[in-house]
Amino acid sequence: MTAIEIPAPAPVVTPQERAHKVFAFTSRWRWEEIAFWVVAALSILIFPTHLVLIAQVLITGLFALSFDLLVGYAGIPSLGHAAFFGIGAYTAGLLARAGWTEPISGLLIAALVAGIAGFALSVVVSRLTGIGLIMITLGVGLLLYEAAHSARGITGGDDGLSGINIAPIFGHFQFDFYGKTAVVYTYVVVFLLYLLARRIVNSPFGLEMKGIRENVRRVPAIGIPLRKRYMVVFTVSAAFAGVAGALLGQITQTVALSALSFDRSAAALIMVMIGGMGTLIGALVGAAAYMVAQDRLSDLNPVYWNFWVGLLLVLFVLFARGGLIGGVDRLIVWIRSKRKKS
Amino acid sequence: MILGNLLYIIFSGVAYGVLLFLMSAGLAVTQGLMRFANLAHAAFAMLGGYLAVTLMNSYGWPFLLTLPIAALGTALFAGTLERLLFRRFYNVSQLYQIMLTVGIVSMSVASVTFIWGSVNQPVRMPSYLSGSIQVGNFDIDVYRLFLIVAGGLVVWALIWGIDSTSFGAKVRAAVDNRRVTSSCGINVDRLFMTAFFIGSALAGLGGALSVNLVGLSPTFALDFLAYVLIVVTLGGHGSMKGALVAALLLGVVDVAGKYYVPQTGPFIIYALTVVVLFWRPHGLFAKA
Repeated sequence: MTAIEIPAPAPVVTPQERAHKVFAFTSRWRWEEIAFWVVAALSILIFPTHLVLIAQVLITGLFALSFDLLVGYAGIPSLGHAAFFGIGAYTAGLLARAGWTEPISGLLIAALVAGIAGFALSVVVSRLTGIGLIMITLGVGLLLYEAAHSARGITGGDDGLSGINIAPIFGHFQFDFYGKTAVVYTYVVVFLLYLLARRIVNSPFGLEMKGIRENVRRVPAIGIPLRKRYMVVFTVSAAFAGVAGALLGQITQTVALSALSFDRSAAALIMVMIGGMGTLIGALVGAAAYMVAQDRLSDLNPVYWNFWVGLLLVLFVLFARGGLIGGVDRLIVWIRSKRKKS
Repeated sequence: MILGNLLYIIFSGVAYGVLLFLMSAGLAVTQGLMRFANLAHAAFAMLGGYLAVTLMNSYGWPFLLTLPIAALGTALFAGTLERLLFRRFYNVSQLYQIMLTVGIVSMSVASVTFIWGSVNQPVRMPSYLSGSIQVGNFDIDVYRLFLIVAGGLVVWALIWGIDSTSFGAKVRAAVDNRRVTSSCGINVDRLFMTAFFIGSALAGLGGALSVNLVGLSPTFALDFLAYVLIVVTLGGHGSMKGALVAALLLGVVDVAGKYYVPQTGPFIIYALTVVVLFWRPHGLFAKA
């Protein structure tokens, strides 16, 4: 009698375990992310004369990141995201001028104010789609710009706010002339917020946002309250943008009217597209590429700059919708498939 | 005196509103037809303006003759763009449509600055379209009167075309339900192409007509983008009459705002639009 081999029972995988596996896979640290943060840290050490630029790249990256949460994850297009950046910047600036010079609480208050503004706008935005949505975001952006331009007594109008004094961080690290403290402060804040954003998009809530982006109609059908989700995303994104604005105001000790400009909103769109929508790190990479190119080509007539940026946007949207990050991913897949064959 | 001011505001506002309608009508139809978010529509109007100005200033053409050329030239340019680029984007996410058209706006602003410079373009109207005529103790600006009459004729022709021709009926059907319309054997793609062509021609005409009133510089494409979007949003997508009423309203409110509280700039318009959208998110005349 031959022994009948009884196959071992397949391990039972509960749906919960499977979900955990999926989440663990999608939330793994990709090497692009590690590379970006390592390069950013190294560049602070290697280019001590460009600290201001590095800090501004990180801040613009944070702004683009907040825009990516909105557009890349929830699929809500906006042409007025600079409104929240500006609100954050002016909040931080006005706080400091009024004597509240502690930087970290300044950031939190700016986030709160921008978040409240975002929430107020989300009430109407969550009811709109398509061109109406673009119109209202563009309209509110322009509205705030005009308001800040007119309200000379509060915002300084065209001249902006200057001479903002910020107390040392933790009462110890004084902001110095070379921007050493500023760049480290910025790096830490942006990195922490990056971790928070990662946590948000890799949560069940983040999954719902991706669902909204992929198919707006099916999301309510599985019992997700669409309007509420829109409002939460919009508020969170606005708060992130507010922190970016506040950071810029604090480290440059000025707030310019351009914080609210349409150009800034459009630039966020371009950075996210170039870097790769819906990847988070793509927003930072796109911002870095954009800002460094702008800095290198600063001798170039701004007219040409606009032309090439526009062309780049058209080309990316035609041929490379995944942006730089998507391109790198495709390259990796291609290299791996080559390796397997050989 | 107060009555005189009021009449002046309404007169100027209606003239301005007719212009805004010409610039927005095309977008209202094409947006209704294909749900294509064309943010470059105001850039088409800008092109029309530059064509007219160049023909007048460099080649000495009479103003009235430049108008059809501006309309046709703009329509040919926009039509080419539609065939080459836009049509690839009808079935993709609106995000990409926005990125594409924002890119085109950016390129067009740069190109126009490169070719014509960033200064405001000077225009000289023929003598029969400048000055004013006196009716009672009321001065009527001849150019605005011309705008209202000529623009009004175009508006009337457009609304008649949509309401009473077979082409208009097809367009209305396609706006209501594109799939059913195409299953009736109507070529919606060609319908859209024609509507896009006509709409761009109107934008070009509107741009050419607006130079004398609002000036022309490379930021035109951005400045009027907001106005065009406001008209289309408030008027409701694809509704001609809704867009007309919205444009006239916007024109009158804008002129009134600039007359009574000039220091606020376009603030009043944006504030009003936001308030209206809070109250009626799908436009003033949206079907329930």
